[in-house]
Amino acid sequence: MADTTQISPDTTSEGERTDLGRAADKARIGAPSDTVDTRAVIDGFTEEGESLPGGDDGVEQLGFKKHSHGNAPVVPEASRGERRRSFDLADFPTLTGLEEDWRFTPLKRLRGLHTDPLTGAAPAVSVTGAGNVTVETVDRSDARLGASATPEDRVAAAAWNAFTEATVITVPRETVADGEVMVAVTGTSPAAAAQHILIHAEAFSKAVVVLDHTGSVTLAQNVEIVVGDGAELTVVSVQEWDDDAVHVSSQQAKVGRDARYKHVVVSLGGDLVRLTPSSIFTATGAEVEMYGLYFADAGQHLEQRLLVDHAVPNCKSRVTYKGALQGQDAHTVWVGDVLIRKAAEGTDTYETNRNLILTDGARSDSVPNLEIETGLIEGAGHASATGRFDDEHLFYLMARGIPEKAARRLVVRGFLTEVIQQIKVPALEERLSESVERELAAGNL
Amino acid sequence: MSTLEIKDLHVSIDTEQGNIPILNGVTLTINTGETHAIMGPNGSGKSTLASTIAGHPRYKVDSGTITLDGEDVLSMSVDERARAGLFLAMQYPVEVPGVTMTNFLRTAKTALDGEAPSLRHWTKDVKTAMAQLRIDADFAQRNVNEGFSGGEKKRVEILQLELFRPKFAILDETDSGLDVDALKVVSEGVNREHGKGEMGTLLITHYTRILRYIKPDFVHVFVAGRIAEQGGPELADRLEDEGYDRFTAEAAVEA
Repeated sequence: MADTTQISPDTTSEGERTDLGRAADKARIGAPSDTVDTRAVIDGFTEEGESLPGGDDGVEQLGFKKHSHGNAPVVPEASRGERRRSFDLADFPTLTGLEEDWRFTPLKRLRGLHTDPLTGAAPAVSVTGAGNVTVETVDRSDARLGASATPEDRVAAAAWNAFTEATVITVPRETVADGEVMVAVTGTSPAAAAQHILIHAEAFSKAVVVLDHTGSVTLAQNVEIVVGDGAELTVVSVQEWDDDAVHVSSQQAKVGRDARYKHVVVSLGGDLVRLTPSSIFTATGAEVEMYGLYFADAGQHLEQRLLVDHAVPNCKSRVTYKGALQGQDAHTVWVGDVLIRKAAEGTDTYETNRNLILTDGARSDSVPNLEIETGLIEGAGHASATGRFDDEHLFYLMARGIPEKAARRLVVRGFLTEVIQQIKVPALEERLSESVERELAAGNL
Repeated sequence: MSTLEIKDLHVSIDTEQGNIPILNGVTLTINTGETHAIMGPNGSGKSTLASTIAGHPRYKVDSGTITLDGEDVLSMSVDERARAGLFLAMQYPVEVPGVTMTNFLRTAKTALDGEAPSLRHWTKDVKTAMAQLRIDADFAQRNVNEGFSGGEKKRVEILQLELFRPKFAILDETDSGLDVDALKVVSEGVNREHGKGEMGTLLITHYTRILRYIKPDFVHVFVAGRIAEQGGPELADRLEDEGYDRFTAEAAVEA
């Protein structure tokens, strides 16, 4: 293998060619193409992915259009890895909406999460399920809090500084949780509030933790996740909020040696939900899977910004997010940042985002970003496609005898089921399937 | 025995340039067991007839009737027409995101029959039909038409024809874009189903080539939105020799 990024000729994509910093040393893909002057075009690199082995091919097919970037004029940071991290709110300037990481978020609908003191009552937390998992409510002075995650944006920093007590869930060393850990987070007040939850799967433990968000809130939340060496942890974050809820949540995971971490997002309810899940590899041999499913109705803003930080060698990551949209001004945002740092030789990563637009008036933004600082990797790629279910699809299915409503449901169910099946908690899978059906019914589909 | 009857059908489409008439009085009767070929130059309205029978919303019926065993087809929704026994093999089958072929075929069969097919027989039927049409078994797990080549899409249309067993099959230029081998495979599929004697076939084509494999009982020549001439299989032979020039010239004189 050469000392440059491993690339095979892209035979499928016809997307624009993208800048690649200076030849081999550093490749940033997905950055707006007017920000780099000196650029080398490398065969096989396009906005749509690099056609490296082992991934989705990113072919543009009828009904699916490749992603495009939003129109907002923004100056991206030089590298995703250089983004500011701090517990001090003063380190994050007041938001204007022009920041790269806030440009899609309608700030005026945050109900003050980014400007006001977060003094409201935090939503109630109730943990049930596994008996051999430790659940504590601790004071903010507890030394474990903040040990593994540092805020990366203003709202996360505000939440860090405002919470009064935190919930700490610990799966003890070498323990297999005797059931799913269900964490019910129930909002009862629309006053802006902060919350901190720490989930720690100690070495060689195994557990599934479900954060089940319901009710009404204006919430800035930090979920700090530690996956110990050899541990196997699944965290599912379900957002079935009431229609008025505003939820901004940073869900940072530190993933230890040979660990297996799976993170699943299901966002269905709420007025504005903005999740920033990240997986940071701290030692070799670990594998991360990140899945997401979101279904935006009229007026809903559902945003997810991911980071997979390959800072160490020989780790593997897969990201699969799927979204459906229906109704006027339904808006979804998916930004997937994958960073392969200089030291992360042997990295194997692929991320994909697919969106399905069911009606006119909806908008889906999808931006995969891949930064590669070493060429000595197994594979790296991404794909993004947004398709619409239009009259021709409907005609085709109806011409085979399938009634209109059933045809629409068939398409959406088929599209989203892939993600629901990843949860592996049958009762929750069933509940979420029903929720998706209700979404469809609500949209008069 | 069933009858599909089209009487004095006038169809137009709305475009940015206004309403454009496409069919100007088509009358045609097809019975079970018969194969009718509709031939004609590009733009003569052949595909419009096919889409109108299936109920595509783009086409506006201005006057005339379509009945299936006396039932008014035009008052039926698209899915009702399919359930009544009409099947359109599309000229350009669309890719349907998110739905596997397996799921699609079973859902459609269930809708058409009003009950779910027996799983054991159904799986076997699908496998057999796919093998006969030389469709790779792994297509069953792929999304409907997604990434299929033009020829593969046409085979999948005929696969549906064989599995759904309609009263009348309308084949809209199923032969276009097929190489000789694929044309044979597709024709065999149509002949298999037609040979059971329970289906009428309306074969729409630009070329005479497919008529070597699927023998028509009647040939209708479409020009400028109406049937300009009709006859038996010998008319197809004559078209093969002479082309459509004779008809298009006549239409130009009439206009």
